Amino acid sequence: MEFLLASAVGVMTAAGVYLLLRARTFTVVLGLTLLSYATNVFLFAMGRLAIDRPPVIAADASAYSDPLPQALVLTAIVISFGMTAVAVVMALRSFLESGDDLGAMTPSSGTPAQMVAEVGESSR
Amino acid sequence: MNHWIILPILLPAVMAPILVLAARHDLVLARVLSMAAAVLMLVLAAALLVSASVQPPQMYALGDWPAPFGIVLVLDRLSALMLVLAALLSLIVLLYALGGWDGRGRHFHALWQFQLMGINGAFLTGDFFNLFVFFEVLLIASYGLMVHGGGALRVRAGVQYVVVNLVGSSLFLIAVGLIYSVTGTLNMADLAGRVVEVADGDRAILHTGALLLLMVFGIKAALVPVHFWLPGTYGNAAAPVAALFAIMTKVGAYSILRLFPLAFGEGAGLSSGLAVPWLLPAALLTLALGMIGVLAARSLTQLASFAVIGSMGTLMTAVGLFSPQATSAALYYLLHSTLAAAVLFLIAGEVSVRRACGDRLAPGEGFADRGLLAAFFFVAAIALCGMPPLSGFLGKLMILDSARGASNAVWIWAVILVSSLLCIIGFGRAGSTVFWKTDPAAPALAVDVPGSRRRPVLPLVSIGTLLAALVLLTAFAGPLMGWIEQAATQIYQPERYIDAVMGEAGGYE
Repeated sequence: MEFLLASAVGVMTAAGVYLLLRARTFTVVLGLTLLSYATNVFLFAMGRLAIDRPPVIAADASAYSDPLPQALVLTAIVISFGMTAVAVVMALRSFLESGDDLGAMTPSSGTPAQMVAEVGESSR
Repeated sequence: MNHWIILPILLPAVMAPILVLAARHDLVLARVLSMAAAVLMLVLAAALLVSASVQPPQMYALGDWPAPFGIVLVLDRLSALMLVLAALLSLIVLLYALGGWDGRGRHFHALWQFQLMGINGAFLTGDFFNLFVFFEVLLIASYGLMVHGGGALRVRAGVQYVVVNLVGSSLFLIAVGLIYSVTGTLNMADLAGRVVEVADGDRAILHTGALLLLMVFGIKAALVPVHFWLPGTYGNAAAPVAALFAIMTKVGAYSILRLFPLAFGEGAGLSSGLAVPWLLPAALLTLALGMIGVLAARSLTQLASFAVIGSMGTLMTAVGLFSPQATSAALYYLLHSTLAAAVLFLIAGEVSVRRACGDRLAPGEGFADRGLLAAFFFVAAIALCGMPPLSGFLGKLMILDSARGASNAVWIWAVILVSSLLCIIGFGRAGSTVFWKTDPAAPALAVDVPGSRRRPVLPLVSIGTLLAALVLLTAFAGPLMGWIEQAATQIYQPERYIDAVMGEAGGYE
């Protein structure tokens, strides 16, 4: 089980980081999602891997697993879900306003003069 | 238990929904409520400051759960000082926003309050998972504020800002997980006691977690090599938003000052001084890179952004020395650099609405209030570059003085002095281009209806107030330093903080 979990975290992190480094915001959002999955699984494993141990008090339990990482994972899932939604909305808005989903700051078809004009415009 | 401690979080948390629900369509009501909240917050922060200066660190247990089982808030001199700084900055910058910026998008005031809630929470919490949550609160609000006003370039910069911070949040969670896995606690005071007891085989995991946290705080504080998000974000945000963001980099600095002397200080055995070999070189690089950026800036907001990076470098150099004397210099410089950076963004904003070519560093036509803005810029530049007689000079002098005994004092002195020179050159060039040179052929501001040249006066009042605050900071440096030195002493006496949180018995064991 340890190997499965560790390799899952590793593969998801690697894929997430690879996707994050892409130029288009869609793949970047996918990368963020994978990275947050990896983080959640990792956090979960921080309470040690154990089978048949309840996290809350039960009459017939001989041992307990640590409930805190599970609570942390729950919080982390909620937050990363909300954050991904924000990132998607912002990426969509950026796509609608500029016509492409490249994440780079340089306009795709702009001359340097236009870029300077845009910089001046945006600080207005 | 002092119940006032939770109010800096509760007040904005209550005010923001009221602003969304009751004042959604009424800008005047929103402004009145928002200003009232800001004034109230400043009064509250001042009261907490007084309370923190007459008492040892105080703990507030949420839900009355004893530490380390429940989440605790801790008020000491350092957090009270940061609260006052945030409240003061938000009040003055809000005045600027009332000049028209707040009407250019929706929910400006509500987002502002949420932002303050996150910032205040981060300053007060004594639990590092809770710190993560407050980081997220302040980040979500900052995403909204960052794209306030809209525009393709601003939204694009906003996307980058969101992505960088989401990666930072993932790293934060991984770091928290690593530290929890070997110490079994999320409470900072409890962690401080347990760092010594970590088994030798697990110590590498603890150190990895702690250094990851340092990197996360470094992202917030814009330390090289994770500073790259800052110029794009600050340079493209609306002027009042960028000015408020000046306190956000300080949240990173605060977190480093809070966690590392407490848990990885002298009492940490094998883990003591963990951040020292990393923080100082990174800080010096940040300083050098920021000031080179100042030289290369093409607009006033870019200039201000790189000046923020440079000043964070100076600040973190002092923090990285990890001694009470250097930390008190750092705290003074922190107050100064927050106000000075904010005022620079506001000045850049005022220049850019008055000129056809915005705040670009190019000669343009003459513009309204040029003399006044030039004077403001001059004072702000003196303060930021650390020339006498303003507070930047005192701050840098104290940092240089505190670095004298350090083993790498030569490097620190050289980098700080040379970078100050670069800063003076960069600001001199920028100021003379924008305020002195005029180009008669440059196009005038397009809107030329009668009265359009008359600008609202509140932004200028706000800038003047910030500069006055800098002057006061200089004039009352003596008494202020007396207070700050005690704050720094408190930082390096972790046992008092631990006593306050864990009780006299040292916890539950």
